[in-house]
Amino acid sequence: MKKKKINSNTLLLIITIVLFVVMYAAGCIVYAGKGFTHLQTFLNVLINNAGLLCVACGMTCIMLTGGIDISVGALIAMDCMFLAVGMERWGMSAPLLCLLVLLIGLVFGLVQGFCVGYLEIQPFIVTMAGMFFARGMTAVISTDQVSISTNQFFVNLANFKLELPFGSYVNSKGVEQIPFIRITVIIALIVLIAIFLMLRYTKFGRSLYAVGGNEISATMMGLDVKKTKLKAYMLSSFICSIGGICYCLNTMSGSVQQALGLEMDAISSAVIGGTLLTGGVGNVIGSFFGVLINGTISTLVKTNGKLLSSWSNIAVAALLCFFIVLQSIFAKIKESKK
Amino acid sequence: MSKFKKITGKQLFLPIFCMFLVMAANIIYDVASGNFALNFFTISVRNGVLYGRLIDILNRGSEIAILAIGMTLVVSASAGTDISVGSVMSLAASFCCMLLAGYGVSSTTDLAVPLAVGVIGGILMGCLCGAFNGTLVAYLNVQPMVATLILFSAARAIGLLLCNNLIVYVRNDSFKFFGGYLGFIPTPIIIAAVCVVVMALLLKKTALGLYVQSVGINKKASRIAGLNSSRIIFVCYLVCGLMAGIAGIVASSRISSADSNNIGLNYEMDAILAVALGGNSLGGGKFSLAGSIIGAYTIQAITTTLYALGVSTDVAPVFKAIIVIIIVTIQAPPFKAYMKRRAARKALAKGGAAV
Amino acid sequence: MDNNVVLTMRGICMTFPGVKALDHVDFTLRKGEIHALMGENGAGKSTLIKCLTGINAFEAGEIRVDGIDGPVVNHSTLDAQKKGISTVYQEVNLCPNLSVAENLFIGREPKTKIGTIDWKTMVKRSQKIVQDLDMDIDVTQNLEEYSLALQQMIAIARAVDMDCKVLILDEPTSSLDDNEVEKLFKLMNQLKAKGVGIIFVTHFLEQVYAVCDRITVLRDGQLVGEYPIEDLPRVKLVAAMMGKDFDDLASIKSDESPVFSDEDILIDAEGMSHKGTIKPFNLQVHKGEVVGLTGLLGSGRSELARVIYGADKNQTGTLKVKGKEVKINAPIDAMKLGMGLLPDDRKAEGIIGDLSVRENIILALQAKRGMFRLLPMSKQIELADKYIDMLQIKTASRETLIKQLSGGNQQKVILGRWLATDPDFLILDEPTRGIDIGTKTEIQKLVLKLAKEGKGIIFISSEIEEMLRTCTKMAVLRDGMKVGEITESLSQETVMKAIAGGDK
Repeated sequence: MKKKKINSNTLLLIITIVLFVVMYAAGCIVYAGKGFTHLQTFLNVLINNAGLLCVACGMTCIMLTGGIDISVGALIAMDCMFLAVGMERWGMSAPLLCLLVLLIGLVFGLVQGFCVGYLEIQPFIVTMAGMFFARGMTAVISTDQVSISTNQFFVNLANFKLELPFGSYVNSKGVEQIPFIRITVIIALIVLIAIFLMLRYTKFGRSLYAVGGNEISATMMGLDVKKTKLKAYMLSSFICSIGGICYCLNTMSGSVQQALGLEMDAISSAVIGGTLLTGGVGNVIGSFFGVLINGTISTLVKTNGKLLSSWSNIAVAALLCFFIVLQSIFAKIKESKK
Repeated sequence: MSKFKKITGKQLFLPIFCMFLVMAANIIYDVASGNFALNFFTISVRNGVLYGRLIDILNRGSEIAILAIGMTLVVSASAGTDISVGSVMSLAASFCCMLLAGYGVSSTTDLAVPLAVGVIGGILMGCLCGAFNGTLVAYLNVQPMVATLILFSAARAIGLLLCNNLIVYVRNDSFKFFGGYLGFIPTPIIIAAVCVVVMALLLKKTALGLYVQSVGINKKASRIAGLNSSRIIFVCYLVCGLMAGIAGIVASSRISSADSNNIGLNYEMDAILAVALGGNSLGGGKFSLAGSIIGAYTIQAITTTLYALGVSTDVAPVFKAIIVIIIVTIQAPPFKAYMKRRAARKALAKGGAAV
Repeated sequence: MDNNVVLTMRGICMTFPGVKALDHVDFTLRKGEIHALMGENGAGKSTLIKCLTGINAFEAGEIRVDGIDGPVVNHSTLDAQKKGISTVYQEVNLCPNLSVAENLFIGREPKTKIGTIDWKTMVKRSQKIVQDLDMDIDVTQNLEEYSLALQQMIAIARAVDMDCKVLILDEPTSSLDDNEVEKLFKLMNQLKAKGVGIIFVTHFLEQVYAVCDRITVLRDGQLVGEYPIEDLPRVKLVAAMMGKDFDDLASIKSDESPVFSDEDILIDAEGMSHKGTIKPFNLQVHKGEVVGLTGLLGSGRSELARVIYGADKNQTGTLKVKGKEVKINAPIDAMKLGMGLLPDDRKAEGIIGDLSVRENIILALQAKRGMFRLLPMSKQIELADKYIDMLQIKTASRETLIKQLSGGNQQKVILGRWLATDPDFLILDEPTRGIDIGTKTEIQKLVLKLAKEGKGIIFISSEIEEMLRTCTKMAVLRDGMKVGEITESLSQETVMKAIAGGDK
């Protein structure tokens, strides 16, 4: 068996992973005194970004087809508001609301997917309209900031801690701190693994790559491009709604301004993880590390304490820039080889 | 029938048609609420300045129109959108106000530097951002959306840093001019008009239009035919940055401050929408500047009308979204084909019945 | 239906805006036959095939396929595939970002028991398919890692593996070299033996006579006739396609070979190269001389020309134009020195699809003048009309979008674009590829006429005969290197020998 060549896409993924490790290690060294070395810090990155991770997985699928979905942030805001108002004002049961939210996600995706796939409208425009719509609907439901506190089921769910059997330490007050993750992390990881397997082992998953690689070819080879796109947008919005539930479990509130700009975080995570906006190339594992890098940067800025929070935006943007330039250089090398 | 088709087939039909719809909505509203039916079109002079809903739309729509100029070029040449314009507006405003007020000062009535320095500084900052985007897109072949995503998220943050995380107020009458009045006409209208006229002249008197479209349609072939494709794309982004800078100054002057978090918020969406509404393909290539400009004012007219109808700022996007979807659906080729088939079937059925 | 027939098309009609693309065309395909579909550009070959495969909807007529009761209307390629009709197009219609194995199996992947993709089986079966075709490639690598020719072979392998009754090959050989064409023919004969009906569309006459059993000729959207191959010798075929007596191509060149002096040197390349595509070479072109670049596909013949023109950057050596040393950084520099390049890939590097014929013609001249000196509209119209007239470009008007023209006419527009700049030196890279014989002759004549006017020309073509007719000198390339020049006794044999490498 010949040894498989490492192609540039794999190399990019490796760089992303190495970068994450280096960044995290640097954080551990610099901020060792501020508890950065504890396992919990890492787990907090996961907990805080569980929603983003879900969204990034969905976004990756969309980007593989060569499309984009910028409605996700607004959809999350709508989901959160719906959950919050549903529980607090209408007194509905949490599981039912969650199911409704997922259903809303599916319908939302169906409409967007229909517009992109069957009406052949540019994804950017369609999802921009989707964004306006979802953000506006959030305000229609309520313009207040609504906190969730009375629904016991949901509160319990949010407070649920899965304690890990390792990595515990004793803090300065002599209390043993056991590292834990929340239910949101479990949900997000399940989503991640499910999408990973789907992309690799199902016909639909491979169709996403084919459509992104060359739409005309995909049609010629007998794939139903329209249907694939429709399904992709449904999937994205559905996963986004799962992410919305995770997000809501984290924030326990709904407001119009929630998850503003989340779509850009998701896109930048995917790009840092090696997914190309032109489609056909990418993987959720990369996006996972992209989300981790995103989360680590903001944790680093927060841990520092003195830096303005704008620095974390700038750092993510700088990193995005770095990766984009790297991708472009790789592409140039590839071209010159031909 | 064929005449009807000829008219509806024109690129400018759609934005103008939308404009008429908005006007009609206004008239109906005014009649229904017992006002003078042509309230919408009434222009009067109050306190020595022009006043009226139409003037308001022209005034408020200035920034979008200015941005739409740059966006049109960018979309045409690179088949992508510059999503950073809103953030760049904010950065240009911040930089301008920081120069005028001095670093770290949160409120001032006296200018630290001459007005021109601050304003030109702000506009140059816009150009710099445009050049950054242009370099990535034209010379490093980065997809436009990703390239501009960098400044989309960073520009506002940089603006905040420049202003030391404050909202900088410049309460100086000379600075207020750009968002105020020249004689009895609102200055933004004039600024927008000048930008449009200059660009229109450029397109008419030079080969810029041909170059941009040619590069947008086929970059490689254009290069072989002797065009410097990369430089043309770069210039388009530079112009887009310049326009964002100008729009930023106008927006900042309106509120006499640099509010990094709010200036230009969602303006990139409106600018892109204006281009699409103008009948331009977001896939690049052929473009119509007139379409984009009409598109820009149509969007502002929609927004203003919604507010006049009592729709709240937060809820207005819902209507905007619905309007966008209807417009793009009408334009979508598969939809057109479907309608055609339906019409043909109907005609066939009619013919069959007649026999 | 006749037992032996797998496909019949009867009275197929189809209109494009303003053009009757197909006018009651009949076509019959029998089991185990290779059936050539011939015609000039715009004759309706592609349209007929698109009607068959469901890409275009035909307006009248009927298609019947063996084993299916009643008329067949395909709505998509998928539909057609399900009915046993597979197609391989001129452009490779595969996904470059997927592995070879996936490209072979996409849409019909082997599944495991739980319904997931069975990668192991897929790879194993792919390896077998590839080995059967004597291709040495790793099926787990991405398709983009392989050459265009190999990709084309994989596309054919895919179509073949799908148990089709009808296989359509739409100009599959344009990007293949002789060796690969040979392999393809072997494969076609194998399939024929198995009883598959093959529709073969090509512009290469030799290939038709090498493998086909029967020929159907179309002209201007109408059926000219169906002939067994024995009944239709070359000259008659050409006559049938063109609808007029064959203008003997061999007679267009005068016999006396011109003599060039050193003062007439127009282009003098010394040691120019581009890493990875062409090794250092020397080449001289005189005024009024037509230099042919010949060699197999991928031998560096296009690349050599591109380096001179500056489309690819020259990395070593020097270039003298009219005795003066010059530096070319981009095509525009070359244009200012009076050069022009007609690229081989018309679609990707030639036409600006959404612009009108007029705009396409004036583009290079406008680029040469610079952005701020816009050609007045009256001048633009004058130029456009001049070249439409001179090159006999068939277009509805000068404002018609170039993408709506047929391939040959598009090529003429690009040629017009360069003639409008009044170049001293013109590089024509495969100017006759994919266009009909009539236009081919016209272009060859034009080349000779331009040379007579004192222009220097580099002419690149895959067809040696065509080069023999036009060139006074030939440079031979092999494996990215210029290996020699032939100036005397130009003949098919000498050139072939030089290309193949005589010393072996």
